[in-house]
Amino acid sequence: MPDNQIITPAIAEMPEGITGQGFFATSFDKAVGLARKNSLWPLPFATSCCGIEFMATMASHYDLARFGSERLSFSPRQSDLLMVMGTIAKKMGPVLREVYIQMAEPKWVIAVGACASSGGVFDTYSVLQGIDRIIPVDVYVPGCPPRPEQIIDGILKIQELVGNESLRRRNSEGYNDLMKQYHIE
Amino acid sequence: MTFGNYTDYYKKDLISSEERKEFNTLNVGPTHPATHGVFQNVMLMDGEFIVETEQTIGYIHRAFEKIAERRPFYQITPLTDRLNYCSAPLNNMGWHMTVEKLLGIETPKRVDYLRIVVMELARISDHLICNSVIGVDSGALTGFTYLFQDREFIYEIFEEICGSRLTTNMGRIGGFERNFSEKAWDKIKYFLKKYPSKLQEFENLLARNRIFMDRTINVGSFPADRALAYGFTGPNLRACGVDYDVRVMNPYCSYEEFDFIVPIGQNGDTYDRFMVRQEEMRQSLSIIQQAIDKLDLLEDKDTYFAKDPRFVLPPKEKVYNNMEALIWHFKIVMGETDIPVGEVYHSIEAANGELGFYLVSDGGRTPSRLHFRRPSFIYYQAYPEMVTGSMLSDAVLTMSSMNVIAGELDA
Amino acid sequence: MLQTKTHRNQLVTNKLIRQFAEGIEAKEMLADMLCITVQKEFVPEVLRFLRDDKDLDFNFLTTLCGIHHPEKEQLGMIYHLHSFYFNHRIRIKANIKINQPSISSITSIWPAANWMERETYDFFGIIFKGHPNLKRILNVDEMTDFPLRKEFPLEDQTREDKDDSMFGR
Repeated sequence: MPDNQIITPAIAEMPEGITGQGFFATSFDKAVGLARKNSLWPLPFATSCCGIEFMATMASHYDLARFGSERLSFSPRQSDLLMVMGTIAKKMGPVLREVYIQMAEPKWVIAVGACASSGGVFDTYSVLQGIDRIIPVDVYVPGCPPRPEQIIDGILKIQELVGNESLRRRNSEGYNDLMKQYHIE
Repeated sequence: MTFGNYTDYYKKDLISSEERKEFNTLNVGPTHPATHGVFQNVMLMDGEFIVETEQTIGYIHRAFEKIAERRPFYQITPLTDRLNYCSAPLNNMGWHMTVEKLLGIETPKRVDYLRIVVMELARISDHLICNSVIGVDSGALTGFTYLFQDREFIYEIFEEICGSRLTTNMGRIGGFERNFSEKAWDKIKYFLKKYPSKLQEFENLLARNRIFMDRTINVGSFPADRALAYGFTGPNLRACGVDYDVRVMNPYCSYEEFDFIVPIGQNGDTYDRFMVRQEEMRQSLSIIQQAIDKLDLLEDKDTYFAKDPRFVLPPKEKVYNNMEALIWHFKIVMGETDIPVGEVYHSIEAANGELGFYLVSDGGRTPSRLHFRRPSFIYYQAYPEMVTGSMLSDAVLTMSSMNVIAGELDA
Repeated sequence: MLQTKTHRNQLVTNKLIRQFAEGIEAKEMLADMLCITVQKEFVPEVLRFLRDDKDLDFNFLTTLCGIHHPEKEQLGMIYHLHSFYFNHRIRIKANIKINQPSISSITSIWPAANWMERETYDFFGIIFKGHPNLKRILNVDEMTDFPLRKEFPLEDQTREDKDDSMFGR
């Protein structure tokens, strides 16, 4: 590669809209969705093996920062995406629920790995059989543990959801019903 | 250290009840950026100093010992993966050797050497993650991003050998499921060539760095007699100055033929634990090199499992083309082979210390009782004693240098 | 000085029988390890003797765990000890009746036993007399059963998607 070559960073795709000289018009939904999806702040709720694969995903080789999720937020108040990685025992369940409730809207949840999705191989008395029993989940990533590529794929799926979400979804009937199902007010 | 007096002050219970009222309680965990894993510590703080710590664990209790009572021997290997998931192959090999001890299977030399290559690679990958995380906690993220490249490379080697990265489920009772491929050997040799300089570079970043030294020397130090009483093993015990290593004390898997140094520290502080792990990685590299040399000297290049048809799966080609082989394969996989009645305890030097398997068999298809001696579980209970009187930020470093793995801790 | 393992085993047995004649119930060799069964009342004294005797010097508690024998209506305790100096490992066992599950704690001998005993209490319901903080460690505090007893089911009882008749859970 010659030294003077400029590498253009991958930029987000432009949404549909009307463009002319000096202006670009699109619907507010899409503009907000574009901004949201490319600056997700994940909260890594890493408990076990999948957490180590998540470390690999964050590290230099796979570099999750390429997708705008570089800034890990360890405070639930300032995060958009709850990434649950690893086994959630019944003892941990209330903690996870508390973390989810503390997150500000809009919020999304991704269950990484078989344990978080369904309990996985641990069909035992002490393990919660899937986190969707206590909090709603948007994307499930299979694998035990999933490869970093799969975790990135899960993030991309979430980005798709975030980008296409209607601005009013969080105030809608359906969403409130969903929250009521989980006894979250 | 200037704050040394405080440690004695808090430890000797000189605090009056009036003073006690001034303290505040701080909850750290179970999800906290400062704890790598799910541990909860409720700390009583005097300003920035820790007076008391109460630990709660069990946040990812998965009931390994109960599951193991319901699974045939083959199906327990994946469980051992998830004990200390930073170095899964070590646990796998430990479990296989335990069963071999019960069944009385003699493994060929070549299998032993192959196992040693894998186990030492796993040890490197575990120490590497621990040391780079010590760096992160003391504020040096660079080492982490550098070293993770090499960890990825070890993953690639594991993938080449068994097809999986992290939770490997590697090997079978009696040996391996297949021979190492040419590509795997190339990668191992490449790793041996490239890694020492990377490791040195990483050490240069931290070992004589003033900030790192100030943050780690005399932080979380622990005397050897207390460490022994608390059941410390592995690098944490060696950092206190006790040269206990299962590989030397009770050699398994032909470790007695290998020439390596057991590094020890002096005062068991965070810096010593860091340096002991650094040196162990170098020794592991040398052991791998010795194993490769020994493998080159061996005449047979194809043996990768014990010649014991009772418990070793027949080759796949035979299973597909031969009815007896298929039946045999089925019997082994379903756990219908005869298992002798007996009790064995086998321990290996895992990355965190002595990983022991106490196996009781009543002749059934599953173990009657399987107890794991999990090093993290045993030494983590000394944590309150280690951090009393130190500052909160030092307690974080102490924990990461102890390398407590949640999966191993909570079983 | 350093004798063979057989000699060491013999020495341990002789010393223990001389010291606690009636307390020693049985001795056997299981695989490569000497295994001595003692009466449960004698466990702390035997372990303390093994630790403090200069010729035996079992300075390290490797692990301890419980076991359940439903057919004998017994629980058991198993201690693994290790002498670093003589490089010698032995196993001490004690049987406990299931309707009186109690044994003396050994936390005063080795502080390492603290959590291991709590774990054993959590799994088997064995009460350790003299333990400083005997409460559940891995499971939730609200639990009333002891999960590693054989009659306790392994699987999560709330799952509806697994058909028992087909999967043989």
